Amino acid sequence: MQKVFGRPKGLTEIPFHYCPGCTHGIIHRLIGEVLEELNIIEDTIGVAPVGCAGFSLDFFSCDFVGAAHGRAQAVATGIKRALPDRIVFTYQGDGDIAAIGTSHAIHVAARGEKITSIMVNNAIYGMTGGQMAPTTLTGQVTTTSPYGRDNGVAGFPLDLPKAIATFDGAVYVASVSVDSPKNILQAKKAIKKAFRVQQAGLGFALVSILSTCPTNWGMSPVDSLKWLQEKMIPVYQMGEIKVAEEVKGL
Amino acid sequence: MSKVLLKGNEAIAEAAMRAGCKLFFGYPITPSTEIIEYLAKHLPEAGGTVLQAECEVAAINMCFGAAAAGARVMTASSSPGISLKQEGISYLAANELPVVIVNINRTGPGLGGLGPTQSDYFQSTRGGGHGDYRLIVLAPSKAQELYDLTMEAFDLADKYRNPVLILADGFLGQMMEPVLLKEKKEGNLPPKDWQTDGCKGRAKRKIASYFLVNELAEEACQRWQAKYDQIKEAEQRWESFYADDAEYLLVGYGTCGRIAKSVVLNARKQGMKLGLIRPITLWPFPVKAFTSHFDGIKGIVTVELNAGQMIEDVKLAVNCRVPVHLYKRQGGMLPHEREILKFVGQVFNLPVRGEA
Ligand SMILES: Cc1ncc(C[n+]2csc(CCOP(=O)(O)OP(=O)(O)O)c2C)c(N)n1
Ligand code: SF4
Ligand SMILES: [Mg+2]
Repeated sequence: MQKVFGRPKGLTEIPFHYCPGCTHGIIHRLIGEVLEELNIIEDTIGVAPVGCAGFSLDFFSCDFVGAAHGRAQAVATGIKRALPDRIVFTYQGDGDIAAIGTSHAIHVAARGEKITSIMVNNAIYGMTGGQMAPTTLTGQVTTTSPYGRDNGVAGFPLDLPKAIATFDGAVYVASVSVDSPKNILQAKKAIKKAFRVQQAGLGFALVSILSTCPTNWGMSPVDSLKWLQEKMIPVYQMGEIKVAEEVKGL
Repeated sequence: MSKVLLKGNEAIAEAAMRAGCKLFFGYPITPSTEIIEYLAKHLPEAGGTVLQAECEVAAINMCFGAAAAGARVMTASSSPGISLKQEGISYLAANELPVVIVNINRTGPGLGGLGPTQSDYFQSTRGGGHGDYRLIVLAPSKAQELYDLTMEAFDLADKYRNPVLILADGFLGQMMEPVLLKEKKEGNLPPKDWQTDGCKGRAKRKIASYFLVNELAEEACQRWQAKYDQIKEAEQRWESFYADDAEYLLVGYGTCGRIAKSVVLNARKQGMKLGLIRPITLWPFPVKAFTSHFDGIKGIVTVELNAGQMIEDVKLAVNCRVPVHLYKRQGGMLPHEREILKFVGQVFNLPVRGEA
C-alpha cells in the first residue's frame, strides 16, 4: 500500500504539547514538511520564542535555539551573520513579534536580514493565560481587556505584516490562515516561498499566520475556526502583501 | 611584535580582532564609542562584520545568536546601555554562551556623566540581570592591560562557556598609551561540541534555558554553581604592590589601582608601611590576596569611585578582623594621591609629612 500522509522528517517524534484544537500544531507540520521538501533540515537553525511555542525547540528536527521573549529575530540575526550559508528562521507569537519584539521586526526588515520569520497571530497572549495582545480585535474580551478591547484606551489591532511590507529590505510578506484545507495549502505555499527567498539570499521574508487559541478564547475548536474566519480575517490584510520583483521569478 | 600608541578603547578593539573575534554588535554610547568605530574601520579588512544594532537589547541578543553558532563575538557599551543588556546577559549565563562584553563605566544613576567612575561594581560582580549567576569580571588599569585582558577574555569565555565582562572607565578608555601588540596564544580550549550550526552528520542540538520542572531547574542551578566554584578556585587575580611587609593596605582596581601605586610610593618614602592589593578579577574577587598577606595587617582603606561597593567584598575577605575604611570620590571625580595619604594618616592615626 502506498503511504500518502505521514509525519514529516522536519518534525521529531515528540508529541506536541499544544491544547486540543490549537492550530500551532498545523503550522508546525507545514514547516516540518517545507524543511523536508526543500531538503534543508541539516542546514537549518530555528529560533523559538517565549510563548506557547517556547517548547517548539523539541518538535523540529533541526538545530534550535530558545530566545528571550521578543528577541528571536535579533538572535537569528546573530546566527545568520555568523553562518551566512545556513538557513535561519524564527517562530514567534503575535505578542513576541508585534509587541515586545517590534523594534527587531522593523529592523530586520529594514536591513534586509536574510532570515525567515513565521508569526503566529492568535490575537491573544496564549502562554500567559489569555491577556490582550497588540493584535487583539476591537471589542475582544481578554483577561486584561475584560470589558472588550476599547480603542480609546488600548488602541487598535496592529497589522504587522502590512507595516513590514513597506520596508525595502522585506522582499516577501504574506498573511495566511490555517482555518480550512484550502487555506492550509495556501499557508504552506507561502511558508515554502519564504524559505526559498532565503535560500536565494534575496532578503527578509515574513509569513504571518492567523491561528486559533480555543483555550483562551473560551471556545470549542470548531467555534474557534469559525470565529477566526468571521472576525479575524476581515481585520487583517490577507494574501501575499508584498512580492518583490526578484522574488517573482522563484 | 610592534608597539603602537593607542587609546584604551582602541586597544580593546585591536585585541579583540587579534583574538579572532569576527563579529561585533553594538550601539554607540560615550565613552565607549571608539570601540565600535575602530572595529567598523578595521574588522571588515580582517574578514569580520560590525553590525550597528537598533539598540543594546538587540546587540546583546545578536551576540547570543552568534555565540550559539560558535563564533567569537563581542559587544561594548557604557552603563545605561549595559543596563539594557542585562536580560540578555542573564540568558547568556543560563545558556552558557561565551560572549565578551565591555562596559566603559559612566556615572549614574540615570544618564549620568562621562567622567571616570566605578559605580557599576555591584551590577558587574553580582550578575547584573535576574537569576543566580556570575560573570567573570576583569578590571584592567592601563592600555596594555586592556589589550592583554581583552585577548584573554575570549579564552576565558570559551574555557568556561561563560560571558566575560571587561569593566573599565572613561579615563582608561580615552587615554593614549603605548601598547605592545602581542599575538594570540594558541590555547587548549574545549571543542564547541554544543554549538547550533546545523545538524549535518550528527544529532540535532538545542540551546535553551526553559525549565518548568523545578527538579530540573535546581539541577541546572547546581551545575552552574559548580562551574562558578571552579572559576573562584582557579581564576582569582590581583597585583600585590609592596604588600608583603605592609602594615596598612590600600585596595583599589582600575584607575584607582594606578593612583594608589603613587600613594604607596609616597608613603614608603615617609617610612609608612603601606601596600596595595589591586584586584584584577572583580569576580571572582581575589580573596586569596588577603589570606596570604593577612598576618601583619592592621588596617585597610579601599579607594573607590563610588559610594563604597568593593569595600563589602574586602570586608568579607578579611572577615572584619581589621578595620576597613573607604576613601571615595563620585560623579566622575578622581582622588588626589595626597588626599588619599592624608586620609590613611587620619583614620589610622599615623603621622603624614609634607603638604598633606
Ligand atoms: C521579558 C518578558 N516579559 C514577559 C514575559 C511573559 N510572557 C511570556 S509569553 C508572553 C506572551 C506570549 O504571547 P504570544 O507571543 O502571542 O504567544 P502565544 O503564547 O500566544 O503563542 C508573555 C507576556 C516574559 N517571558 N518575558
Ligand atoms: S493556550 Fe492557546 S495558543 Fe497556547 S497551546 Fe493552548 S490553544 Fe494553543
Ligand atoms: Mg499569541
